[in-house]
Amino acid sequence: MLRQLEGSRAVAMAVAACRPQVVCAYPITPQTHIVEGVGEMVKSGELAGCEFINVESEFAAMSVAIGASAAGSRAYTATSSQGLLFMIEAVYNAGGLGLPVVMTLANRAIGAPINIWNDHSDAMAVRDAGWVMLFAESNQEATDLHIQAFRLAEDLSLPVMVNMDGFVLTHATERIDVPTQEQVDAFLPPFEPRQVLDPADPVTIGALVGPEAFTEVRFLAHAKQIQAIGHIREVADEFAEAFGRRAGGLVNTYRAEDADVVVVALGSILGTIKDVADQMRERGTKVGVVGITSFRPFPLDALHEAIGDARRVVVIERAFSIGFGGVLSTDVALAIADGRARISTVVAGLGGRAVPEAAIAGVIEDAVAGRLEALRFVDLDRGVVERELARMAGDRHSGPSAENVLRDLRAVASRSV
Amino acid sequence: MTATQKVKFYQVGSFAVGNRLLDADQRTVQSDVSRHNTITSGHRACQGCGEALGARYVLDAAMRVTGGKLVAVNATGCLEVFTTPYPESSWQLPWVHSLFGNAAAVATGVAAALKAQGRDDIRVLAQAGDGGTVDIGFGCLSGMFERNDDVLFVCYDNQAYMNTGVQRSGATPAAARTATTEAVGPEPGNPFGQGKDMAALAMAHGIGYVATATVSDLHDLEAKVERAMDFHGARYLHVLVPCPLGWGSNSADTIRVARLATESGLFPVYEAEYGTVTAASPIRHRVPVEDYLRLQRRFRHLFDSSGAVKRPDIVAKLQQLANRNIDRFGLLTNEVA
Repeated sequence: MLRQLEGSRAVAMAVAACRPQVVCAYPITPQTHIVEGVGEMVKSGELAGCEFINVESEFAAMSVAIGASAAGSRAYTATSSQGLLFMIEAVYNAGGLGLPVVMTLANRAIGAPINIWNDHSDAMAVRDAGWVMLFAESNQEATDLHIQAFRLAEDLSLPVMVNMDGFVLTHATERIDVPTQEQVDAFLPPFEPRQVLDPADPVTIGALVGPEAFTEVRFLAHAKQIQAIGHIREVADEFAEAFGRRAGGLVNTYRAEDADVVVVALGSILGTIKDVADQMRERGTKVGVVGITSFRPFPLDALHEAIGDARRVVVIERAFSIGFGGVLSTDVALAIADGRARISTVVAGLGGRAVPEAAIAGVIEDAVAGRLEALRFVDLDRGVVERELARMAGDRHSGPSAENVLRDLRAVASRSV
Repeated sequence: MTATQKVKFYQVGSFAVGNRLLDADQRTVQSDVSRHNTITSGHRACQGCGEALGARYVLDAAMRVTGGKLVAVNATGCLEVFTTPYPESSWQLPWVHSLFGNAAAVATGVAAALKAQGRDDIRVLAQAGDGGTVDIGFGCLSGMFERNDDVLFVCYDNQAYMNTGVQRSGATPAAARTATTEAVGPEPGNPFGQGKDMAALAMAHGIGYVATATVSDLHDLEAKVERAMDFHGARYLHVLVPCPLGWGSNSADTIRVARLATESGLFPVYEAEYGTVTAASPIRHRVPVEDYLRLQRRFRHLFDSSGAVKRPDIVAKLQQLANRNIDRFGLLTNEVA
């Protein structure tokens, strides 16, 4: 049934419908509404058979989830940004142990400077942790991906992270169809753990592994991710059949078949990009869009196929590797390593900065005209940057850059009034 | 006070009681050939390892009292390393190791999972060294205490980071030499006035049961594990476990050193319920702190080559700490002359 819901609320309802047995909560904006929602359902009795634990840190949140999962219960938590970094040791541990924890990551920038708004630098920081990482384009997809996430996690004995853009999705209210309990029960069987702490059959989980076997254990984690490439497709197909709409999968392709320029991106920005593609196609530019739903495992073959014969690929990223450039772009480049297309990284929307249609259109036009550099920062105020660089060059004690920039901007604003 | 054996025999010289002098039902779990051997032989602990001994005592007692329905969570550290050299494992119970600092939180998760599954017959025990308890694991431990999660947390305290090569922890005693508090300069070893009293911190959380123990009194240690299992909610057991490597004590002296720690008053052995001390084990035969210190190379800078006190000022300060414990817990009430 379609209802007007905040994205976080819909995700909380979807998670509850998956009958989690242990949910741990630690507040961090913009994730908090999700665990608040689940907590309320546990407290009221609406979600029975679930232990809701208010932990003292994100490190504890993931650790509690690890213990719960190892003891054979379906475990869930959610976090963002600094919270993800605070739990990162446990994030890697859940990946290494192959425990099917599901976590929502409400994507948010990482400080310093502290910033609560959306970008993808948090997700990129755990790219190599051994988790399946799915990105939702819309709140409907975020809702649906959580239901698929538990299936994937438990089928593969791998943790799954569902990424949804902070504020842009988590705090947006829109029409969402939250599946019924009966639908979810039919799709998601009870948790049958691959490994479990059981006195009737004692096992050792988390033993020390030396050089003699570490490579093999690590490779097995990789092999499971490669299996996941096939399984993510199957689960998405099964979901479409059961629920009557598509969600998830490896990549989602929009008007890319005959495209000269393909724009690749993750998350909610894809909606804006698709609108721009429509407008530009009306003006005669063959623009296609490829959204990557599964960032880990990375779908090289599916992406290769989706990009097809396009001559130019523009990767729009809400994160970048400082001192290098694109993160997603380096992966995308591997998918088109035959050199048939020229690839550019476009960094946009950092720390919640809006990415308007005009900015995307401008980038695509420059790509078509061969004017787009290998790495471009959209909407970067070069003046501000140059003035701070000059201050740093001229004064050994120029002070904190973030503060200088803010002062500079205020000065500019006051002059312009 | 917990019912440890009432009979006192002193024939063995160690002031411990020989099991052979007791009725069968008063004997320790360890003396029983059918004990669980929860940490079975073949592990890689050093000779005379107090932690291996302490963990075996604690877990075998816990296995007996729970009828084998026990899950153990382990922090990173010696105990984890020496028991699980891949592909072998000493553990005869379901056992999980996650990280250095999160054993208490993982145990919370295990307990929550079992509760959600309706398996209230299975108990959860978390264990860590002093680093994994008082330092890196403190946040998770305090959270577990505060929420009163149904976990018995056991700290095997050997008073430094032994697995990484004897570095100072928040449980390292004053004046002790470690690799990061070397015995050099005018104030050799670990500074005075630092460190955490972890059992007191546990008590401050108001949890049901807190106890300290050492590997020198097996009856007492086993009884405390059993007593801890009478409670539900968070419980804490702090076990002093000498480390021949880190303390520079003779491997054959592990029990002796642990006993002298209590008999000197430096390590008070007591129990508390809901934040109040309910019993303390009296010192049976008081010794000056130097008797304890002299057996350990980590305090060698306090003595000269003949064994005479070289730094009476420091030894006196340590004696003051012991005296304070003796006064605070009334440890001399039953002294045996």
